[in-house]
Amino acid sequence: MSDDTQPTPISRRGFINWLTAAWVAFIAIVAGLLTGTVRFLFPNVLFEPPQSFRAGPPEDYTVGEVSTRFKNEFGVWIVRSTTEIYVLSTVCTHLGCTPNWLGGEQKFKCPCHGSGFRISGVNFEGPAPRPLERFKVTLADDGQLLIDKTKKFQFEKGEWSNPESFLAV
Amino acid sequence: MKATINWLADPAISFTLIILVFFLVFPITDRLEKISKRLKIDLLWTNTGGLIALGVLVLFFVWGLTDENFRLIVTKPDNVPIVGLIFLVGFFTWLSMKQARENDNRMGQGGQPLEASDKSKVLVWPDLIYIEFICLILATVLLFAWSIFVKAPLEEPANPTLSPNPSKAPWYFLGLQEMLVYYDPWLAGIVLPTLIMVGLVAIPYMDTGDRGTGFYSYSGRKRAISTFMFGFLVLWTFLIIVGTFLRGPNWNFFGPFEVWDANKRVVLNNVNLSEYVYVFLLETGLPRGWLIREIWGILLVVGYFAVLPGLLAKTVFRNLYERWGTVRYSTFIVLLLMGMALPIKMYMRWLFNLKYIVSIPEFFLNI
Ligand code: FES
Repeated sequence: MSDDTQPTPISRRGFINWLTAAWVAFIAIVAGLLTGTVRFLFPNVLFEPPQSFRAGPPEDYTVGEVSTRFKNEFGVWIVRSTTEIYVLSTVCTHLGCTPNWLGGEQKFKCPCHGSGFRISGVNFEGPAPRPLERFKVTLADDGQLLIDKTKKFQFEKGEWSNPESFLAV
Repeated sequence: MKATINWLADPAISFTLIILVFFLVFPITDRLEKISKRLKIDLLWTNTGGLIALGVLVLFFVWGLTDENFRLIVTKPDNVPIVGLIFLVGFFTWLSMKQARENDNRMGQGGQPLEASDKSKVLVWPDLIYIEFICLILATVLLFAWSIFVKAPLEEPANPTLSPNPSKAPWYFLGLQEMLVYYDPWLAGIVLPTLIMVGLVAIPYMDTGDRGTGFYSYSGRKRAISTFMFGFLVLWTFLIIVGTFLRGPNWNFFGPFEVWDANKRVVLNNVNLSEYVYVFLLETGLPRGWLIREIWGILLVVGYFAVLPGLLAKTVFRNLYERWGTVRYSTFIVLLLMGMALPIKMYMRWLFNLKYIVSIPEFFLNI
């Protein structure tokens, strides 16, 4: 081959410059896409009800009954037994569906895979591996129940004996 | 009649019946094949047999539709495809088994399989493409008609504090949802589905024999076909059907002619193995440490996976083990044992109300 048929040679420095520019551009684009994807995982608007709320005076609750008053708004059941008031989370400990309170059978029953919980929150049927969680409940200065969902109590860790996990009445 | 069918639909009974019938229809050993032949079950794989089976199924549905509860469930827009699925799975199983049986008969008389006699070739264009094109048009027409006549099962906007009762997964996940009834989420939702996929991928590496390949045949490959069909028909399709038609409010079982009563009382009290051992057997109450508490269950599970493979290699699977060697055999047996763990656990739940064999909520480990 003769020299004049060959394209103008690129200098070594020119080649490296181009290569660097190409890599920088490539990495920038990939990084941009990745950031976009990760950003996509976080919602633009987040509906977050306040984590603690007042739930009226203890007298609002009847002994032996499960109150579903705050189920939709805050995701809790408030139960009053003869000696105490406790607050149960409405999240099934199996996969997180919302069980229903069946008064006739005195149990919470999950519509997804059939887990059942007693009025105390203890699991007794179906696949749920542990009892429902309880939330912190105290009496506020104005005599109302003050429920704090940031603090939860798990039975299997022996936390239900914690004085904050129920309110003696 | 309806009461009988409702009773038969109870999972423990229907599942047992299905398993028994399955192994007669898809015999896995020579002995079973002989029994199946003697019972003339392979007549099912003839035109007459197929038509009769179809007729029975259609009659059942037509008769069933006269019942209000049956009609409610079967014509629910979500469930219509599953009715189609029953017929389609049945038809394609029949179609392939029919050809397999013909070939087996021919080969039994020293002949060649059907596929060998047909040496003629057809062209992709136009022969194949035309067929595909017509299928495409028909499928589109079907979808149009379907979308016009059956209302889309739309519901109100999602609400995290309200789960519909019953809450059903899309139909193709109902098998998984059934598994979730018996197993912890990490097992039924992650480990088992992964293993199903891994297992499917592994099939060609394990089943390398060339007997009965290249054409439809049952006798030449009965173990392979029977094992696969057990997984596909019994553990997957049947569970989808159960999940669609027999699971009602609160995920209770309902017979096909039963009212879906959200307040149906089902007395269930599921007990862990540890509670059986310590509370009922030894009457000492549950020990505090999880290791002592769960040791029996752990032993059982370890035994299942550590002892059983060796035992089976010496007995039932002796031939297989010698032909396949350790690696291939071990992979196969682990997959098989995992697969069998599902029906085993289902029976334990139905018969003994067993919840978990090993239950360590401290570490989110439940088996
Ligand atoms: S999510 Fe409640 S039983 Fe599965």
